[in-house]
Amino acid sequence: MDFLRPAAWEEALAAKAEHPTAVPIAGGTDVMVEINFDHRRPEYLMDLNRIGELSEWAVGEEHVRLGASVPYTRIMEHLRTELPGLALASHTVGSPQIRNRGSVGGNLGAASPAGDAHPALLSAGAEVEVESVRGVRRIPVEDFYTGVKRNALAPDELIKAVLIKKASGPQQFSKVGTRNAMVIAVCAFGIALHPDTRTVKTGIGSAAPTPLRARAAEDFLNAALEEGGFWESGKVITPSVAKQFAALASGACNPIDDVRGTAKYRRHAVGIMARRTLGWTWEQYRATGTTLEGAA
Amino acid sequence: MATTGTPTDITQGSRTKGGIGESTLRPDGTLKVTGEFAYSSDMWHEDMLWGHTLRSTVAHAEIRSIDTAEALATPGVYAVLTHDDLPTEVKRYGLEFQDTPVLAHGKVRHHGEPVAIVAADHPETARRAAAKIRIDYADLPVVTDEASATAEGAPLVHEHRDDHHADHVPHPNIVHRQPIVRGDADRAAERADVIVSGEYVFGMQDQAFLGPESGLAVPGEDGGVDLYVATQWLHSDLRQIAPVLGLPEEKVRMTLSGVGGAFGGREDLSMQIHACLLALRTGKPVKIVYNRFESFFGHVHRHPAKLWYEHGATKDGKLTHLKCRIVLDGGAYASASPAVVGNASSLSVGPYVVEDVDIEALALYTNNPPCGAMRGFGAVQACFAYEAQMDKLAARLDMDPVEFRRLNAMEQGTLLPTGQRVDSPAPVAELLRRVKARPMPPERQWLTAGEAADVRALPGGLSNTTHGEGVVRGVGYAVGIKNVGFSEGFDDYSTARVRMEVVGGEPVVTVHTAMAEVGQGGVTVHAQIARTELGVAQVTIQPADTRVGSAGSTSASRQTYVTGGAVKNTCEHVREQVLEIGRAKFGTYHPAWATAELLLESGKVVTDGGEVLADLVDVLESESVDLELRWRHRPTEAFDLRTGQGNGHVQYSFAAHRAVVEVDTELGLVKVIELAVAQDVGKALNPLSVLGQIQGGTTQGLGVAVMEEIIVDPRTAKVRNPSFTDYLIPTILDTPTIPVDVLELADEHAPYGLRGIGEAPTLSSTPAVLAAIRDATGLELNRTPVRPEHLTGT
Amino acid sequence: MRVNFTVNGPPQEADDVWEGESLLYVLRERMGLPGSKNACEQGECGSCTVRLDGVPVCACLVAAGQVEGRDVVTVEGLADFAKQREEHGGCASAGSGARGASGAPEASGTPGTSLDEARGWAAKGTDSGTGEGDELSPIQQAFIDAGAVQCGFCTPGLLVTADEMLERNPSPSDADIREALSGNLCRCTGYEKILDAVRLAAARQSEAV
Repeated sequence: MDFLRPAAWEEALAAKAEHPTAVPIAGGTDVMVEINFDHRRPEYLMDLNRIGELSEWAVGEEHVRLGASVPYTRIMEHLRTELPGLALASHTVGSPQIRNRGSVGGNLGAASPAGDAHPALLSAGAEVEVESVRGVRRIPVEDFYTGVKRNALAPDELIKAVLIKKASGPQQFSKVGTRNAMVIAVCAFGIALHPDTRTVKTGIGSAAPTPLRARAAEDFLNAALEEGGFWESGKVITPSVAKQFAALASGACNPIDDVRGTAKYRRHAVGIMARRTLGWTWEQYRATGTTLEGAA
Repeated sequence: MATTGTPTDITQGSRTKGGIGESTLRPDGTLKVTGEFAYSSDMWHEDMLWGHTLRSTVAHAEIRSIDTAEALATPGVYAVLTHDDLPTEVKRYGLEFQDTPVLAHGKVRHHGEPVAIVAADHPETARRAAAKIRIDYADLPVVTDEASATAEGAPLVHEHRDDHHADHVPHPNIVHRQPIVRGDADRAAERADVIVSGEYVFGMQDQAFLGPESGLAVPGEDGGVDLYVATQWLHSDLRQIAPVLGLPEEKVRMTLSGVGGAFGGREDLSMQIHACLLALRTGKPVKIVYNRFESFFGHVHRHPAKLWYEHGATKDGKLTHLKCRIVLDGGAYASASPAVVGNASSLSVGPYVVEDVDIEALALYTNNPPCGAMRGFGAVQACFAYEAQMDKLAARLDMDPVEFRRLNAMEQGTLLPTGQRVDSPAPVAELLRRVKARPMPPERQWLTAGEAADVRALPGGLSNTTHGEGVVRGVGYAVGIKNVGFSEGFDDYSTARVRMEVVGGEPVVTVHTAMAEVGQGGVTVHAQIARTELGVAQVTIQPADTRVGSAGSTSASRQTYVTGGAVKNTCEHVREQVLEIGRAKFGTYHPAWATAELLLESGKVVTDGGEVLADLVDVLESESVDLELRWRHRPTEAFDLRTGQGNGHVQYSFAAHRAVVEVDTELGLVKVIELAVAQDVGKALNPLSVLGQIQGGTTQGLGVAVMEEIIVDPRTAKVRNPSFTDYLIPTILDTPTIPVDVLELADEHAPYGLRGIGEAPTLSSTPAVLAAIRDATGLELNRTPVRPEHLTGT
Repeated sequence: MRVNFTVNGPPQEADDVWEGESLLYVLRERMGLPGSKNACEQGECGSCTVRLDGVPVCACLVAAGQVEGRDVVTVEGLADFAKQREEHGGCASAGSGARGASGAPEASGTPGTSLDEARGWAAKGTDSGTGEGDELSPIQQAFIDAGAVQCGFCTPGLLVTADEMLERNPSPSDADIREALSGNLCRCTGYEKILDAVRLAAARQSEAV
């Protein structure tokens, strides 16, 4: 094993081009577990901690540009207004120690369906900025996940940043685990209201081979909200609409049975979380008509 | 070595500061908070090698061949050993049956069984070399439960049993079976107005001590070996290790290093023999440290159990009879299974008066992971079942569940189904009364003034699954009975060496025992006992090792009773000798030397009236008194193999819990809000440590109620979740406030009247939580741990 | 490979480090600092919590090569660290007090625990837990006094975590304490005495101000 320590982004890209098998490590919260338990022996480990820009973020007009290595703790502390869903999701990641090291770039790189950031990214709307010596690509996050623990990165590419749409309305994130802290998702659900475009977007975690949006549920809800004039009136969403939304969210799942939970439970729980988080966000929308901080 | 018999009452008072009854602080506290306390994994030696264990990847297979050549040729590798390299004819070990191969021979019987060991200059070198060992396995069919283990033509886990239970068990895949029959359960059932029955399932729990198995073996110049290790019983290890190495016991010198928790999981050997074999083979010190993954294979677990129970009661709420059948899965090797069977059967009735019983408990041999000792030891599984039954009966009779229990509670004088009479306080009804009388924790604690719900106070916690939706509160009660000490005729003694001398102008006492301090605070208590009995402030506790006689196991809630009793006993004899010296020197100066009751207080010999006769410094001068004595509690008897009759246990211990839970009934998530405990401790030698034991035990019971389970694939018998990612133990956010109500009703047979306390709180915690969840959900819930699936019908 | 970083102040150098080694392994096996504990090596227990440039992290999940040039504080340095913080009005940063020290790097550690030490804590001869001879940080003293230590394997990680929380939040609510310590597993105590200890340290801290 060789340890690569690029001091700058260009150096990292060059190293990755030269050694496509190099495994990038930032927070180490996934990679080191695999090394400690002898599940993985990469030829090269490439430390990204030295590249300062990966740990920075910038709040723009439309987007937050979040460096790939920004720790979850920073997101909870500094981006609750702009990225309330992601801030909530960040708060459910592992433990305080893990949140001090782990980052959205790591979640994307690992592409585990159980990664906590994914539902928040999917519901907020995000693009993953990846780069290689060949150039820069921006991949819509929906297209980034290509399979269980597989993503759209080419062997010579690295994740540089995520461009996440700033919240224009309330967002929520909810995750089921069988412990009250420090737990991997049995399943998770993210929802974002986008009053600017009068749409609702969702994200489901750990209930299919990849994180995914519950598109049928979104389509149904968007149509129902539009037709009922809910966005203008801010009236209470009818229980039947919420129920149908939940059922469609549940139907979007394609889960498995594993040690963490059954497929049937995952479908069930996603439905419950969809209904509840819709209720919470819509109540916030009615109360304020605008975005609220995630209670991270 | 002298041996003395029964306990004595000749304790002197506890006026010396730091004596029994005070919450003195741990002697190892400072080292533990500064990081200097040397745990077994912290050992280091110049030129040491790292040992690594290669384990079977399948549960049951014939080993056709093992090829170690490539591993051995790896640079940095010093030794690769398999079964064929064992130095003597003794190639198996075990706590009770010698059925466990040091390294697999001919076949493997469970997933993760050690097959080969490697010593190398770096752990990674050892791992890479181990990966080069080629083993040709031919799969054998697995037996995983009672049906498959006892089916016609079932493969035998052990084909040639030679143990002492082999002759009486109904099937070779049954380790041990213990019936208990008393009265006539069938006839008594005719008196019952209601009969309830149930089948209960208890999942496989792991001790999950935080310090993984580890240790260091250093070869000695005399051909022997020094072993530094974390264990629960040095001398039991020694008895099993020495024959395999072909060494006399005195050439295997064991020292207890820091132990990172135990809870039963260190009763069996893990890396001890392996490290010694590698050290003796290479002539170099060898350190072995399991990681968490390996630790799940490195020790036995709590027996998963299936329990079938039937109780009857009259309409005025009196139990008529009990019929039960308890099937424990012992896994591939016997470990402590026979004794667990004895406990499960003899304590299956719970702390209740039932005169007519028909009880059967047995442990299976299967290809599942070996199971053995864990805190609560057979009594835990039974308590889960009988307490569920009590709630069912109360509901059928439309009675309050606590009142129903109190009506049937045993007390001092009760005759147990084994025919043993309970001859010390058994305040079962009072414990229940106390937990019930406690005020309820406030409702809806997640509501915060003017702000969003505090999810940390809700089911799901930080995962933000509910802001109060679907949340229903439930309350449940349970009480349990646990035996203290080793039972069934075992010669359960301990040894203490105590020395008194003058050092630097002050009397100093040194206490030396082989007791394994695993965190429970025995060392604190030993110093307290020495101060109380010898009136000396300065007490040094020597490290535990095999230079002193056996202390028995740090198990069965027994160490304060038995090794505490041994320390007390030796101190008493030391005191007598010191007084003899005093009489010889000063007896002529004061008549009280001959006539008065004399005490040692604050470094002086005083009369019971408080008159000072001499300073210990002057009594002893340059002399020292140094005694090593054995002490044993009163004997027990084996249970009759057909009827289960016999005075099998030394002492009983009782705790009751009230659980208050809040359940998200839609998502099936549980938050335990409060777990109130009442326990009789006889005498709290160190009240702070008593609370720590009760709260810790309670939390382990909570864990197996709502999250902890080793999941074994029923087809392959392979463990599916050997990690702290998927074997979950409670975090501080899962653990509620645990108010403790301590009773001190002395047991006249025990030193200071104390009662062993470590295990009882683990018993009733689990069924109390289950009862509370049932109360919240209305579901039957016959299985623990409860998973969200069980609460949501998914 | 070779790694240079500061541990509890002074610069340290570790040689012949295998690239897959964690910071935890280097501390324990190469630096003679086994206080950080190896309970799970997967970031699920917090027993190896150290401060990396002031931030609490699991040392088992930091690759050794990643700490090049950085500052690490372990439980062994906690008392000094707390003292330094007190002297600097509560704003010491990890290792900053020693960074300017001119001393040459020490030879690559006196690794591990010697056998004499390993033979046991009792050889040190104190039997009261009052910490005589050792100057303890307030949180360390509180853990002893409150009975928060049993087997002690989780203790070092909890101390580092709790100390950092009290630095940020000197008067935490019970819920704050629980959240801050939710990444540190303890199997012995049921956490009640640990809560007591943190409350005690907070109370003593506020009295002292």
